[in-house]
Amino acid sequence: MLKRKIIILTLVALLLAGLYLFIHMNFQAMEYLLRTRLEKILAMVLCAVSIGLSTVVFQTLTHNRILTPSIMGLDSVYMFIQTIVVFLFGTGTFVIMQSDAYFFLTILLMVGFAFGLYQLLFRKGHNNLFLLLLVGLVLGTFFGSLSSFMQMIIDPNEFLLIQDKMFASFTNVNTDLLLLSTVIIAVLCVYIFRYRHYFDVMSIGRDHAVNLGVPYEKIVKRMFLVIAVLVAVSTALVGPITFLGLLTANLAREFLQTFRHTYLLAAASLLSIIALLGGQLIVERVFSFSTPISVIINFVGGVYFIYLLIKESKKI
Amino acid sequence: MIVAEKLSKYFGSKKVIQDVSVEVQRGAITSFIGPNGAGKSTLLSMVSRLLKQDDGIVYLDGKNVHKQKSKDLAKTIAILRQSNVVQMKLSVRELVSFGRFPYSSGKLTEEDEQKISEAIAYVNLEELEDKYLNELSGGQRQRAFIAMVLAQDTDYILLDEPLNNLDMKHAVQMMKLLRKLVEDFGKTILLVIHDINFASVYSDRIVAMKDGSIVAEGPTDDIIQSDVLKSIYDLDIDVHNISCNRICVYF
Repeated sequence: MLKRKIIILTLVALLLAGLYLFIHMNFQAMEYLLRTRLEKILAMVLCAVSIGLSTVVFQTLTHNRILTPSIMGLDSVYMFIQTIVVFLFGTGTFVIMQSDAYFFLTILLMVGFAFGLYQLLFRKGHNNLFLLLLVGLVLGTFFGSLSSFMQMIIDPNEFLLIQDKMFASFTNVNTDLLLLSTVIIAVLCVYIFRYRHYFDVMSIGRDHAVNLGVPYEKIVKRMFLVIAVLVAVSTALVGPITFLGLLTANLAREFLQTFRHTYLLAAASLLSIIALLGGQLIVERVFSFSTPISVIINFVGGVYFIYLLIKESKKI
Repeated sequence: MIVAEKLSKYFGSKKVIQDVSVEVQRGAITSFIGPNGAGKSTLLSMVSRLLKQDDGIVYLDGKNVHKQKSKDLAKTIAILRQSNVVQMKLSVRELVSFGRFPYSSGKLTEEDEQKISEAIAYVNLEELEDKYLNELSGGQRQRAFIAMVLAQDTDYILLDEPLNNLDMKHAVQMMKLLRKLVEDFGKTILLVIHDINFASVYSDRIVAMKDGSIVAEGPTDDIIQSDVLKSIYDLDIDVHNISCNRICVYF
């Protein structure tokens, strides 16, 4: 039953990928179009998988279905980096932003931020994940306000550069970085999948998990860092896409009705791929690129979030 | 054998457990009794490594509990705490399957499946094994959790108020089951229990706690005495012998 559902999702994802690849094909420029489209699909798959996996794991660690890793404040740190670079270098930024070094720097700073939080709160003997998230949230707001402040005082033309970065977009992904991102994300995926049975046990609560021999605190700490790297890589690659994970992780849970992470992780990734491919098709073929994909995703995700809140409050 | 040496636990500046040393014999039921807030649950949590003590050491069969691999411990000692809420949609059988995790790491073998069926049969939930937990009554759910602990098949079983939510019939069945586990399989069982008559009839030894310390300890008959109980509960309790059991009347 569960396997069949996963197969259905895989087929839908493949269908959309095929559609995206061959729709409006100009056969004279076939080679070029295929290559650029395949690169875009790869970027979407990478982003989808990292967002899907990190959100499912994050929700299992926090025992909360309406949280996403963005609560750690990584998105704000990302925007802060973009803003400060534009603030300092002005219009010359565009060249900088395309460079590989900039990509690494962004990832490094975001992971550094998460690692700093981690050191500050876990190493001191605290084991409170929620305290750490709260501090992340506060710092995220802090960086967000700083960014807004700088965005106010810079040249409006330069602001356009930042605005471009505010929304995830697959239209101009830096293809040089795809290979490296693929390697990083693939390694982390394998790592997460090795823990899938532990996640099953962890989802029935800490005490039960410890009783059953799960090194709970150790896994929470490790996964916190893994999630941070996944979010950082995908954000640096395409930009922040907050609601995608919330949407797909919850849809995966609703669709499968299971606690088994083998299936949940796979379904969340596949649903993210479907959402991105479908969204991108709409962006390119219906809106003819007039709106970035994350606007659509955030709109659908936002509506779904409100639905979740209403549904959960009715339960009580 | 479980040996706790000078255990202390603070929550903030409040001392919940103070220099508690206790030994628990193998192959017996030891009940921990005492008023609310005496630290019984906290003590059990520390013994089973769910909670780290601030001071002192717990030895399980001569080895320091907090220095052992969690996975190995899970095959030796199992604990069930009092409030068990699971938000997920989970069937009884799926819940009990978790008890095999220390052995199977998620991939159940024939033997695991058999142990799971046995555990479900022990608590009489065979007919409900495919029902979801949220469809069960409080007592049925409690028995499902106990089945999970039984499936874990450990030498030491720690139960924090296992009779919670159980009606009289199931409470008696549960205690008889625990007795059987001790007599037939040589298990060692530690209970936190509030009904002193259940403690009196079914346990071999009793440890009485009050305000974070142990106030009395010994074979059941030595503890179920009016004067001892008065010092524990501040309550006049008559003890009667009824068909070889010591029954307390305190109403």
